[in-house]
Order: sequence, then structure tokens, then C-alpha cells
Amino acid sequence: MSAELIHRLHFAFTVTFHYLFPQLTMGLGLLIVVLKTVALRTGDASWDRAARFWGRIFAINFVFGVVTGIPMEFEFGTNWARFSRLSGGVIGQPLAMEGVFSFFLESAFLGLFLYGEKRLSKTMHWFSAVMVWLGSWISGFFIIVTDAWMQHPVAYERMPDGHFEVLSFWQLLLNPWGLLQYAHNMTGAVVTGSFVMAAVGAFYLLEGKRREYAEIFLKVGVIGGAVSTVMIIFPTGDLHGKYVARNQPAAIAGMEGLFKSTTGAGIVLMGQPNEETQQIDNPIVVNDVLSFLIYGTTKAEVKGLDQFPRDQWPTALPLLYYSYHIMAGLGTWFVALMLVSALLLWRGKLFKTRWVLWALLLSFPLPYIANTAGWMTAELGRQPWLIYGLMRTSEGYSDMVSAGNGLFTLLGFMGMYALLGLLFTVLVYREIARGPEPKGVLA
Amino acid sequence: MMGFIWFWLVAVMIVGYVVLDGFDLGVGVLHLFLARNEAERSVTLRSIGPVWDGNEVWLLAGGGTLYFAFPLLYASAFSGFYLPLMIVLWLLILRGISLELRNHLEMGVWQSLLDGVFGLASALLTIFYGAALANVIRGVPLQTNGYFFLPLWTTWTPGPQPGILDWYTVIGGLVALVALTLHGALWLVLKTEGELEARARSLVKPLWIALLVLTVVSLIATIAIRPSGLDNYNHYPVTYIVPAGVVASLALILFWNRNGSPLKAFLASCVYLFFMLAGACWALYPTLLPATGGPANDITLDRALSGQHTLAVGLAWWIFGMALAATYVVFVYSRFKGKVEMGAGH
Repeated sequence: MSAELIHRLHFAFTVTFHYLFPQLTMGLGLLIVVLKTVALRTGDASWDRAARFWGRIFAINFVFGVVTGIPMEFEFGTNWARFSRLSGGVIGQPLAMEGVFSFFLESAFLGLFLYGEKRLSKTMHWFSAVMVWLGSWISGFFIIVTDAWMQHPVAYERMPDGHFEVLSFWQLLLNPWGLLQYAHNMTGAVVTGSFVMAAVGAFYLLEGKRREYAEIFLKVGVIGGAVSTVMIIFPTGDLHGKYVARNQPAAIAGMEGLFKSTTGAGIVLMGQPNEETQQIDNPIVVNDVLSFLIYGTTKAEVKGLDQFPRDQWPTALPLLYYSYHIMAGLGTWFVALMLVSALLLWRGKLFKTRWVLWALLLSFPLPYIANTAGWMTAELGRQPWLIYGLMRTSEGYSDMVSAGNGLFTLLGFMGMYALLGLLFTVLVYREIARGPEPKGVLA
Repeated sequence: MMGFIWFWLVAVMIVGYVVLDGFDLGVGVLHLFLARNEAERSVTLRSIGPVWDGNEVWLLAGGGTLYFAFPLLYASAFSGFYLPLMIVLWLLILRGISLELRNHLEMGVWQSLLDGVFGLASALLTIFYGAALANVIRGVPLQTNGYFFLPLWTTWTPGPQPGILDWYTVIGGLVALVALTLHGALWLVLKTEGELEARARSLVKPLWIALLVLTVVSLIATIAIRPSGLDNYNHYPVTYIVPAGVVASLALILFWNRNGSPLKAFLASCVYLFFMLAGACWALYPTLLPATGGPANDITLDRALSGQHTLAVGLAWWIFGMALAATYVVFVYSRFKGKVEMGAGH
């Protein structure tokens, strides 16, 4: 295995595992604010207890997010030193801002939210929930700005020795790629939060326990889910997709498995990309749809991979194709399930419709898969570039760190994270089993 | 000018991290020995519960600031110290998770395991941090391209091809272990009551004596390893106030601890850590990372600094952001001020 591959796997593995946690933190942060707001306005104690229950799950999730997040900031330097040296003046900026503007806010108010309910007024406790939510979303913003610059570099100047400097701070922060990706990504986090909340509600109802809380969870989860699953496709996914198509045409061709440029290109619902024969095996295609989605007309030509030199094709083509299709396929299922649930909720039938409750319960892992697949689409689509069009991935890893040393720590992380995943599951399951009611009371 | 400012801003972040996370690391080392039963252990750990992850944020914010102000230093040091940094990451993970888990698992045998992991990870982290600083002071085998790679150990002797660990860096590790354990003990005196407080207070003196000895040994060893470290001091004799501050704060720790002023004793310990680190920074300035092969390959301030526009813009948001951050930190500590109550869960 080459050092380049090891360093890529190292970052990919640790960031993929890491992002399982923040997506729930960011989604749940918003939903906890909803719970606290209702509690504050109605004075209903069960909404407060519901908020406290999700606060406990949030706290577990937050700690796992923190401890798996610290390695990410280190790995820019440890594993991607040559990249960091040249780009630090640009992307070091949003990364440092994340620490300064978000982490202090988030950790301070989370401490108050979790430990301070007795020491704070009701309004201050609500306020601390809002600040925790805000902190997590600010954090997401700066990370997206960082990634957006690698996807679509703006507002930079390249110096004679090859390193990059910022020309405009505001253009860096307001990179259009970043804004679109942020909207899409945060909506994705709300999808995860909504599904998790709805699933716990469905679980309690199916078990025949804690009806009161189950109904709160299902209401908030399904309404949040209906709004966010629609928004993930339209407008955020739609706009982001069109922007990618204009700025990274090779990535779109790879995502769609479009080997040859086509007028009136169809969308492949299923099929396996075959790099050897340069076609899709066993395709199920809907004609003209891709041209329409990107350009708004069925007659437009969509560039295929044949338009690009081979050394500019995305390097993991089949994985890119599958990631995108898994994301899009699951997204479709989310909308269908959440709209049906919302309709039943509105008609007052959701709590009795067992098959929908089962579907909600069993679907909770799917947003995690979809969010992960979405990120894989973005990052694999960027390949073979580390900074799109400017620096190749092969030019960025730490060449002082040998493949052997890299593999040693990659294996270490794999072992450590296997353990963490197990512990996390046990802890969250125990909280769910214990439920939102005060100790010793079973509703 | 920008170089001077950012050098000290990064130094402030590092000092902030060591002073704040330092006491909760120290509490981590101590809780194994101090707490005799579950109630005491719970109080000990709850004294750091609301603040420890906020304290760790200083490491992240400091790392980020280093990254954008001195990209070359960040790239070179992080890849060169690859193995110890990865070990630090694993220890930070183990430490955070074991502390969090213990709030959720009520089974005795698991708690003993978690307490052990928490204590051991805390102790090892202090040693690694001390050794890291000692590595920077001793220097690393930088090549002309600004990179290096250090194995964990070679011959255990400082020289042109050293390892992370040698006799000098091990001394640095021990200084940090004892200094932060003392720091944690002073925190516990401040935050706990009754027998626990008395036990923590009785530990201060032996730890203080050990720290005094180690401080002297490390100063002598540092002058032996890096005689040029005195140049800045001799050039600006007024800066001998820094070592004087080390001595004075050390004395005040003991004085105020005896005097029954735990808050002042704890603050003296913060000042001690500040002067120790500031003294090391000043000894190196304007070098950021010295090369063992001679000063030609040193990473200096000018060589590592980002562009002027980047730094000027950075200064604007940094001051604004850190002012906000300082407000939160003060607010949180004021909300949780006073002794931790026995028996009240969170």
C-alpha cells in the first residue's frame, strides 16, 4: 500500500466516523430548542423532561463528537503536511475561527445546559439551549467554508513559492459553493435528528410504554422530518447539484456514470458502472431527466467523462457513483416516509398505524448512511484534486510519514473507534431504556 | 511586528490551555489516590465536569491559530511529531470517554476500570506535554526543506539524531506531571470540603518540594542543552523578571496554601505555569523550532509567518472572538463557583 493511499484512508476513516456524531448534535440541537421553547411557552413539564432526556443523549453524542473531532484538526498537519504548509494561510483561517467562535460558545453553554438547570432561571436555561444549537451550527459553517475552498477555491492569491494567501476574507467566508453546501448539509443534519427522535417515539409506542413522551417525540420528529426531507431535495440539493455541474463537470459525470457526452441525458436509477467497457451494466434509465435537472431543458447536452483527460477523472469512480446513488435513493425514501407520517399525524392516525411506526423505527440508521454517502460524493467527486484544479491529492500528503507509520496509527484508530462505537451504542441504548421520566417513575 | 504579535497570541493560547486543562488533568491524576469512596470520587470528578471540555477547546483553538499564523511550523511539527501526537490523541479520547462513561454506568467493576483509565491517561498526557515542550527547546533534526521525522526514542540522549524521549525530555515530562498534579491538588482544595479538602491540602507540600527540585534540575539541564537560550535574557536583562516570577509564584503557592487562601494559591500556580511557559518561549524567540544540526535549518518566525493581509484580518476577528470567548469562560466559572456539593447529581 502506498503512503498516499494510507494517508487518504486515514483521513477518510477518521472523518467518516467523526461525522456520525456532529450530524446528530446539529440536528438534535435544533430540536431541543423546539422542545424547550414549547416547554417555556406552555409550562408543560413533560416537554421539559423530554428536553432533558434528549439533552442527555446530546451530551453523550457531543463528547464522542469532541474526542473524535480533535484528531481531525491534528491530521491536517500530521498526515497532510505539504497541503497545510501551502494552504494554511487560507483554510487555517476558518479552522481557527471554528475554535474561537464556536467551540468556546458550545462547550460553555453545554456545561450550563447540562449542569446548570437548578442554578439558572427558566429563560436562561432556554437561552443556553439556543446557544448550544447556535454553537454547533457555527462550527458546521466554518468546516464547510474550509471544505468549500478545497472544492471551489476563491479569493486567493498564489505566491511565487507556491503557497496561498487570502485576498478577501469575506469572499472566502461567503464562497457560493460553501453557502449551498451549508444549506444542504445542515438540512441533512436535521433529517438525522428528526429520524432519531421519531424512531425513539415509535419504539416507545410499539413497546406500549411512555405514551406521553412518545407522542411528543413523534410530533417533533415527524414535523421536523417532513420539512427537512423536502428541503434536502428542493431547494438545497437541487441548487447544490446544479452548482457542482457547472463547476465540477467531471464530478457530475462520475456521479451519474455518464461515460459519453449525451444530449438529452437520462438519469440512471440503477446499474453498475463498468470502467473497463465504459458503460453502465444492467441499467434502468429514465430518459432526458438528467439534462432537465441540470439545465432545465430536456435537450441540453451533459458532458460525459470522455470530455476529460483520463488523469482528471475522479479516481474512485464506482464508489463515487454508488455514493451518489445511495444518497439520492435514500433521500427519496425519506420524503415518502415522512410525508406519509405527517399526513397521518395531521389526520390523528399516526400513533395507531403500526406499520408506519415500524418503518420509522427501522429507518433511523438510514440518514446516517445518506449523510455519509453525501460527503463521500462531495469528496470523491473532488478527486484527483486536493484543491480543485490547483493541487493534486498526490502532492499534499506528509511524505515524511512513511506508509508503515501511517498504517500503524490507522489500525490504532480502527481499534479505538470499534470500541467507541460499541460503547456509544450501549450508552445511548441505556438512556433510551431508562426513558425521560424522573428516576423511579414509569409512565 | 505582526510576527511578534502572533507569536505571543499563540503563546497565550498555549498558556491558556495548560493553565485550564492543566488542573483537570491534575485532578485526573489525583482522584485515584485522594478519593476513598464513591461519594468523594463523584465530588472530585464533578469539580471538573462542567468545564473540562471547554478547557480542551483551548488546545483546538490554539492549534487552529498556529495553523493559520504559522503554516510551515504547523505542517513541519505536526508531521515530524507524528507518533507522539497520535498517542496524545488516543489518550485524549480515552480520557474524555472514560470520564463521560462513568456518569452513565453504575456498575462497580466498570467504574474501577474507567477510573483507572482516566487517571492513567491524564498522567500520561501531562508527561507527553512536558516532553513535547522539551523537544521544542532541545530542537529536532530539521532538514533544509523544513521537515523532519522523529522516532519515539533512539539512544535516550540529546544529540543530532534524537528521539522524542531522551533524558532531557523525560525531565520535562516529569516537571509537567508534578506541576499539573500540584495544580490539580490546589483546585481540589478550592472546590471540595471536609476530609477530601484536608487530604488534598496535605498533598500540596510534598508535591511542592518535588516541583521545586524538578524546576531547578530542568532549568540547569535546559541551560546545558541550549546555552543560547540565555541570549535574549542577557540582551534584555529586564526580562530576568520571568525566572524571578517563577520563583516568586512558587513561593506564594506554599505561602497561600498554608495561609488558608486556596483561591490565591491556585492563582499563584496559574502564574507559575504562565512564567514557566513564557520563559521557554522567550528563550527561543524568534526561533519557533530549532534544528539540532545548527541554526541554518531553524524554523524562525519570519520563515513561518503567513502573509500580512491574512494576519491583519486574522487579528480583527481573533480579538473579537477571544473577547467573546473570555466572556463565556468567566460566566461559566462564575456560575459554578464555590464548593461542589456532596451527593447532588447533575
